[in-house]
Amino acid sequence: MTPERYKSKEETMPPQKHDLINQEMQDLNNDGIDRRGFLKCMAWAGTGLIWTMSGGVPVSQVFGKNLNSGKPGNFSFAQISDSHMGFNKPANPDVVATLQAAVDKINGLATAPEFLLHTGDISHLSKPDQFDTVDQVLKGASAKDVFFVPGEHDVLDDNGASYLARYGKNAQGAGWYSFDHKGVHFIGLVNVINLKSGGLGSLGAEQLEWMHRDVTHLKHSTPIVVFAHIPLWSVYPEWGWGTDDSEQALGYLKKFGSVTVLNGHIHQTMQKVEGNVTFHTAMSTAFPQPAPGQAASPGPMKVPAERLRSVLGVADLNYLRHPHSLAIVDSSLA
Amino acid sequence: MKKTAIEGFATCLIVVGILLATSPSLQATNEASSAVAEVKIDNFSFGPQTLTVPVGATVTWTNRDDIPHTVVSSDDAFKSKVRDTDETFSYTFTKPGTYNYFCSIHPKMTGKVVVQ
Repeated sequence: MTPERYKSKEETMPPQKHDLINQEMQDLNNDGIDRRGFLKCMAWAGTGLIWTMSGGVPVSQVFGKNLNSGKPGNFSFAQISDSHMGFNKPANPDVVATLQAAVDKINGLATAPEFLLHTGDISHLSKPDQFDTVDQVLKGASAKDVFFVPGEHDVLDDNGASYLARYGKNAQGAGWYSFDHKGVHFIGLVNVINLKSGGLGSLGAEQLEWMHRDVTHLKHSTPIVVFAHIPLWSVYPEWGWGTDDSEQALGYLKKFGSVTVLNGHIHQTMQKVEGNVTFHTAMSTAFPQPAPGQAASPGPMKVPAERLRSVLGVADLNYLRHPHSLAIVDSSLA
Repeated sequence: MKKTAIEGFATCLIVVGILLATSPSLQATNEASSAVAEVKIDNFSFGPQTLTVPVGATVTWTNRDDIPHTVVSSDDAFKSKVRDTDETFSYTFTKPGTYNYFCSIHPKMTGKVVVQ
C-alpha cells in the first residue's frame, strides 16, 4: 500500500465542516469498493456517513444531524483517544485544556452519547497523577460510563499492572473484555503488551483464543464494534502502525454482517472499508502526528497554536437499529 | 659472588617475565574500563544503529525525541526504564558478544552493540 492511498481526512477535507451534502457513493462496483472513490466521497461529505450493508457491499449515505432522535434501539456513543496526559512539549503545552475541550464538545452533541470509549494513551508516562487527571476531567462528561483500552504509554515499566489495577476490574488477561449495549456487541482489545523486536502491535495467542470464544455464540446479524489502541489494519507498518496478528482476529469476525473497528494511536482520522469491516481511527485530544511517511518520524507534529484545535478532536458514533448502521462523525476541537 | 649474580639475573628474568605477562592485560583493562560510547535516539531511531565497543565499555543512550522510549535487550541482558526527553540510560558491557536491542514501546526501533 502507499501512504497516498490512505490519505488522512485532515488532509483531504476542511475540518469542522458540518454542512450536509446529499451525496451517494457512485464508485461501488460488484467486487467491493473503490477506495480512491471512497476517500473522495469522504472529502465531499465532510462530516460523516451512515454505513448500510447491501449484498455485502457497504453503501454510504448522508449523515443527518438528528438521525437518532426518538427511535427505540438507536443510540450514540463517543470515542476519545490519545489524551497523553502529562505531555508538555511544544506540540501542545496544555493537554488538560484540550481534553477538557473534547469533553465540552461531547457534552454539546445534539444527541447525547450513552457512554464513551477511550482508545488508549490515556497518560503519557503511566503515572498515577496522569491517570487521576484524566479521570477527573472525564467526570465532567455527560456520559458517565467510560470504557478504556490501554495504549503503549499506559503500560510502561510495569507491563500494565497499574493500568489493570485501575481500569481492568472487569477485564481478562492484559485488560481485554466485551460487553453488549442495545444489541451491539463491543469488544475491547489490548495490542500494546509484549511487543516483539522489529514487530508491530500484538494481540497474542491467549487474547485471540478468548476473542474466538467470545464471538462463537453470537448471531451473524449481531453488529460488532471492536476497539483497540494500535490500528488493526496495516496503516503504515514502517512506522509501526499496524498489528501483527490482527488478521487472525478479523478472521473470527468474517461471519458477521457489520463490523466496525475503532482505533487511535496515529493521531489523525483515517478510514478504510474491506468487505464487511469498516476501519476508522480517531484524532488525538493532545497533539497531531504526521500523515504516513510525510515526516522523518511519527513524533508529535507542531502546528501553529491557532491551528492546534483544528487537528485535535473526538468521534461521535450513531448506531441505527434499522438497518444496523453506524455513522461516524469526526469533530475537531476548533 | 657468582651465586649472587645468577640470583640477580634470575630475579631480573622473573621481573621481566611478570611485566611481560601482566602489563599488556593491565593496559587493556585500563583502556576498556575508561571506554565510553554514546547512542542518540532521534526521530524514532538509534544512532549509530550498530555500535562496536571494547569489553568493559559503558554505553549511554540519550533520548532526544519528544516521545519516551526504552532500551531493551532482546535476550534480557539489559532493560532501561522508560526514558523521557533528554533522559539517559547507561550499561557497561563486561562480556564480548553481539547485543541486539529495541524500544519496547516502538519495537520497529532496533539497534545492536558489538562488544569485542
